[in-house]
Amino acid sequence: MSELISELDAGGMHAPVEPVDASHGILLYLEGVSVTFDGFKAIDNLSLYVADGELRCVIGPNGAGKTTMMDIITGKTKPDAGRVFFGQTIDLLQLDEPAIARIGIGRKFQKPTVIEPLTVLENLELAMSGAKRLRGLLTTRLAGAERDRIAAVLERVGLTAQAGRLAGILAHGQKQWLEIGMLLMQEPRLLLVDEPVAGMTPAEMERTAELLKSLAGEHSVVVVEHDMGFVRSIADKVTVLHQGRVLAEGALEDLQADPRVIEVYLGDGHAAG
Amino acid sequence: MRVPSWLRSDRAGLALLAVLAALALVVPALNLLVAADHPLHLSAYTVTLLGKYLCYALLAVSVDLVWGYMGILSLGHAAFFALGGYCFGMYLMRQIGARGVYGDPVLPDFMVFLNWTELPWYWLGFDQFWFAALMVLAAPGLLAFVFGWFAFRSRVSGVYLSIITQALTYALMLAFFRNEMGFGGNNGLTDFKDALGFPLHADSTRIVLFLLSALALAGGYLACRWLVSTRLGRVLVAIRDAEPRARFLGYRVERVKTLVFAFSAMLAGLAGALYVPQVGIINPGEFAPLNSIEAVIWVAVGGRGTLVGAVVGAVLVNYAKTWLTGALPEVWLFALGGLFVAVTLLLPRGLVGLLRRRGATA
Amino acid sequence: MLTCPLVRAGFLTLVFAMALLAVPTPARAADDAVARALLAQLREADFSDKARLVEQLAALEHPRIATILKALADSRLYYQEAENRAVIGLDDAPTIAIEDAVGGAALGQAGKRDLEKITANNRLRNLIENRLASLGLASADPGQRRAAVQAFLKNPDPAGTERLRARLAVEPDAGIKALLALALALADLASPEAAARAQAATALGGRLQPELRGPLSRAAAEDPDPAVREAARTALTRTEFRLQLLGWAETLFFGLSLGSVLILAAIGLAVTFGVMGVINMAHGELMMLGAYTTWLTQQWLPVNWSLPVAVPLAFLVAALAGIAIERGVIRFLYGRPLETLLATFGVSLILQQAVRSIFSPLNRSVATPDWMSGTIALGPLEVTLNRLIIIGFCIAVFALLWLALQRTRLGLEVRAVTQNRAMAQAMGVRSARVDALTFGLGSGIAGVAGVALSQLTNVGPNLGQSYIVDSFMVVVFGGVGNLWGTLVAGLSLGVANKLLEPWSGAVLAKILVLVFLVLFIQKRPRGLFPQRGRAAEA
Repeated sequence: MSELISELDAGGMHAPVEPVDASHGILLYLEGVSVTFDGFKAIDNLSLYVADGELRCVIGPNGAGKTTMMDIITGKTKPDAGRVFFGQTIDLLQLDEPAIARIGIGRKFQKPTVIEPLTVLENLELAMSGAKRLRGLLTTRLAGAERDRIAAVLERVGLTAQAGRLAGILAHGQKQWLEIGMLLMQEPRLLLVDEPVAGMTPAEMERTAELLKSLAGEHSVVVVEHDMGFVRSIADKVTVLHQGRVLAEGALEDLQADPRVIEVYLGDGHAAG
Repeated sequence: MRVPSWLRSDRAGLALLAVLAALALVVPALNLLVAADHPLHLSAYTVTLLGKYLCYALLAVSVDLVWGYMGILSLGHAAFFALGGYCFGMYLMRQIGARGVYGDPVLPDFMVFLNWTELPWYWLGFDQFWFAALMVLAAPGLLAFVFGWFAFRSRVSGVYLSIITQALTYALMLAFFRNEMGFGGNNGLTDFKDALGFPLHADSTRIVLFLLSALALAGGYLACRWLVSTRLGRVLVAIRDAEPRARFLGYRVERVKTLVFAFSAMLAGLAGALYVPQVGIINPGEFAPLNSIEAVIWVAVGGRGTLVGAVVGAVLVNYAKTWLTGALPEVWLFALGGLFVAVTLLLPRGLVGLLRRRGATA
Repeated sequence: MLTCPLVRAGFLTLVFAMALLAVPTPARAADDAVARALLAQLREADFSDKARLVEQLAALEHPRIATILKALADSRLYYQEAENRAVIGLDDAPTIAIEDAVGGAALGQAGKRDLEKITANNRLRNLIENRLASLGLASADPGQRRAAVQAFLKNPDPAGTERLRARLAVEPDAGIKALLALALALADLASPEAAARAQAATALGGRLQPELRGPLSRAAAEDPDPAVREAARTALTRTEFRLQLLGWAETLFFGLSLGSVLILAAIGLAVTFGVMGVINMAHGELMMLGAYTTWLTQQWLPVNWSLPVAVPLAFLVAALAGIAIERGVIRFLYGRPLETLLATFGVSLILQQAVRSIFSPLNRSVATPDWMSGTIALGPLEVTLNRLIIIGFCIAVFALLWLALQRTRLGLEVRAVTQNRAMAQAMGVRSARVDALTFGLGSGIAGVAGVALSQLTNVGPNLGQSYIVDSFMVVVFGGVGNLWGTLVAGLSLGVANKLLEPWSGAVLAKILVLVFLVLFIQKRPRGLFPQRGRAAEA
C-alpha cells in the first residue's frame, strides 16, 4: 500500500526509469510482430525500425494496421508474436501503458483528446513529466522551473495567448497542437502522432508540418497520415503498410513510382494527393 | 487568518462554510437559550433532523467526489455509509453493558437471544472508542480499497461498475439480514444508551452531535475541495473525461481511482458513524440499493462536480422527503421518481449549474 | 419424494371409490345377509376374533366390502342398536350423517349417543390395508392393481404372498409385474432360507421405493447369515447411490427451474441492454406490470383460461409502457448510459408507487390453473408441474425471440442499427422507429416474464426490485449483446445457486453467487461470450 501511495505512476513491476539506450542509432524495433483479432490478421509479421531523431511517416489504406501498430507500441494491445524494443534494452511488451509513457513514448490520438474542462495551462501541467508521484500531485502550486517549462512549450505550439482559456473552447487545430504540446511536456524520446492534420485548414496544416519538422532530431517522430500532400511536405522516409505488413519503404517519390504501392492505392483518392 | 488561494476562488464553498458556521452558532442557541414555548425555539427533534441532513450532505459530498470528478457512478456508496454506521453502532452496543434487557455485561441483547455464549472475534475492541472511531474509517475504506483494486485494475468502468457496486451493496444487505452474521439481523443495532458517558437522548448530547456533524461536513468539504484543486484533482478530471489520455500521459489510473474511491468511502463511513447515534438505530435496510441511488440523485439535483451542489441537493431533497412523507406519503415516491427523470432530462448540471449559468449570462 | 402421505391416501381413496363403481353385483341379496351377520359378530368380538372376521369379510365378493373395511380402519364404522344394523359415519359432528354399511343407502342423521363405535387397533388396520390390497390385486383396472401392490410394499404380510405370486403369473402389465417381483422379493427377505434371502436382498438393491430401505437395512444389520448381510449391504449401497443420483437430478431440475426464471427475467434486458445498450432500471417494474396484468385477467376470466389470455395481454401492456418510456425519456439520453440509468430508475419508482396507489401496497394472490398444479413423474423423479411448464415456457419465449431477431424485418433492422447506426440510417432504416420497437419488444418480454413470475412468487409492488440485480448479472455474465450467452448464464447461475443452497443456505448461496459474479466481471468484463473484434473495444 505504501508503494502504491508513493508511486501512483511508476512503471511496470519495478521500473525505475532507465535511460533509453539508442547507441546503435535505432530507437524503436518492431520485429516479426503479429496480432490476430478473431482470425483476422490485423498485423502480420511486421518489422519496422525507427532511427533516433528520425521523422517517419506511415501510410496505408484503411485497415492496413496503422492504428493497431500504435496500440502495440504503446502497450494497449499485446501482440501474439514478435518483439518490440525501445532502444537496446527496454522490452516494451513487458510494460503497460503508463510505464511506456513514462520511459518516453508519447502518443497523440486520431481524435484530438485534450481535457476540455481544464485550461490550456492546466492541460500542460497535467502532462508534465516528473510530477506524477502522489506527493508531487498533492499541490496546488507551480514551481518556477515548471512554469518556465510550460511557457516554453506554449511558445513552441503557439498557444501562449490561449494559456488561460478552457481547452474545450479551442479551435480544432489548436486542440491538435495542445495535444502535441502535452506530449512535449512528457519529454518523450519518441512521439507517435496519429493523423495530426485531419480536418485542418491549409494554413493550420502548414504550421503543423513546421512544428513536427522542428521536433525531429531532438525526438523521433512517427506520423500516421492519410494526406499525401502533408506527408510530402514533412517526411524524409515513408513506410507503406498493407494488410498488416510493410509493403514498401523509402522516399515518397520512389514509392509513388512503385507498382505495388500504386496497385494498393489504385482508385484510392489519397494516392493522387 | 490567511485563506489559501484554492479556497479564496471558491466563493460558493466559502458561502457554504459561512452557513455551516452560522448554523453551529444559531441552532444550539435556539435550542438551549430560547424558552421551549417561544416560537423560535428549536426542539431537540429538529436539531437531530438537521444533524441528519448534514450527515446525508457529507455522504453526498463523498459521492460527488467520485462521480462528479472521477466519473465513477457508485450505486453502492450507502454501503460504506452503513458500514461506518455499524462500526459506531457496535461501540454504542458495547456501551450498553449490563443495562440491556437480559443484563449480560458483555453480550448485546440479540446475542443472548440467539443463545450465543461468547462475543464473536470481530466484536472485540469495539468497547474502546478510539478503536471504533478507527474502524469507522478503516472498514469502509478497506472494503472500497479491495473492491476498487479488483474492479479498476481489470478496467471495469461505466455502467458495469455501477451495476457491480449495486450488487455489492445488495449482497451486503442480504448478508446483514442474516442473524448468523452477528450484527443483529433484521433488527440491526439499537437501544443505545450513551457514548463516552454522555446519554444520547440528552439535549446537550444532541447539540454536540449536531455540531460534530457540521464540523465533519465542513472538514469533508474542505478536504475534497483541496483535493480537486491540486494536480491530483486535474488527474481526476482527465480520468473522467479521457481515461486513455490519462493513461498515455503516464498516470496509473487504477491506483488513482482506488485511492480516491477508498478516501470517498471513508468520508461516507464517517457520515454513517455520525448518523447512527442521532437516529438511534442502524439496520440492514441502510444497505438497500435505493439508498445509494437516492444519494446519487441528491448530487444530481445539486449539480455534480461542484461539491457545494452535493450539499445543497442532499439538504433540499431530504427536507422535501421529510415534509412529503409526513404530509402526503403517497406522493413521495412519485416526486422522487419524477425528480430523477426531470433532473437528468432538464437539469443535467443541477441547481448550482443553473445558478452559475444565470450568473454568467447576467 | 415430494408426494406427501396425504396425497397418497387421497389417491388410494380414489382408487377404492372407482372400484366400487366398477364391480358388478352378482347375487347381491345373499351376500348382503352374510355380510350383515359378520358385521353383527364384529360388534361383539375381541381383537383376535375381529381379525378372523375381517378375513372372512374380505373373502366375500361383495361390492361394499372395501368401503366397510376402510370405514373400520378409519374408526367410522358404528353399530346402530335401535335398528340393529351397521352404519358408516360420513362426518364427525355430534350429530353424524350415516349410511347403511351393507346397503349403502343414506340414512340421514343420527346422534352420537345412539351409535356404538366398532373399534379397531393398529394390527387390525394393517390387516385391513393388506386385504384391501388383495381385493385390488384382482381388479381389472391397472391403476388399482398397482395401488394394491404398493400397499403390500408398504405393509408386507406373509399371508398375501401367495396371492402376489399367483398374480405375477397372469399379470399382463410390465410395470406392475416389476412391482410385483419387488413385493415378492420383499416377502422373501423374511424367508427361512438364507439363499432366498440373499437373492431377495440383491433384487431389492437400487430400488428407490422408500418402503424397501427399512427391511433392507434391518437385514444388513440383523440377518443371522453373513452372506445375506453382505448382499443387503451391497444392495443398500446401490440404493444410496441411485438416491444420490436422484438427488442430483432433483437439484438440477430446481436449478434449471430457477435458471429459467432468471432467463425470463433477463432476456428482455438482453434486448434492451444487450442489443440496444440501454440501461433500463425499470425493467423489473415492467415484469411487475405483466404480473398485475395476469391478476387482472383472473378477475374477469376463469383461472384455467386466464394465462393464455394474460400472456399476449401482458406483452402488450409492458410493450406499450416500454415504448412510452423510450419515447418519453430514454431517447433524449442515448449515449449517456449513466443518465439513462438514473432516469429509468426514477421511472421504476413512479411505476412502483402507481401500482401501490392503484392496487394497494399488499400482495395480490394470483391463482394457479388446474392444469399447472400438482406433480408429474419424469422417470423416478417427481416434479411440480408449474415449474416444468415454466421451463418449457422459457424455452418457447427464447426461441420466439431468437426467431424474431433472426428472421423478421424488424430483427434485421435492429441488428443493422446496433452494428452501425449511421450506415443503417443511410440505407433507409428509420432508426427512431426501430429504437422504439426494439425497446417495446424487450419490455414486452419482461411483461411475459411477469406472467410466469406471478405463478411462482407474490405479486406486489416490490416484485420487480427483487429481480433487477439478478437479471443485470445474468446479462453481463453471459456477455452483453449475446442472447445465447444470456441463456447459458441464466441456466448455470440457477444451477449453481441450487447446488450451493443445501450446503450454505439460501441467502448465503445468493450472496456467494453475487460475489462470484462481481469477481468474474472483474476478470472478464465482457462476460462469458463477449462480442468480439475491435468495434467492441470502443
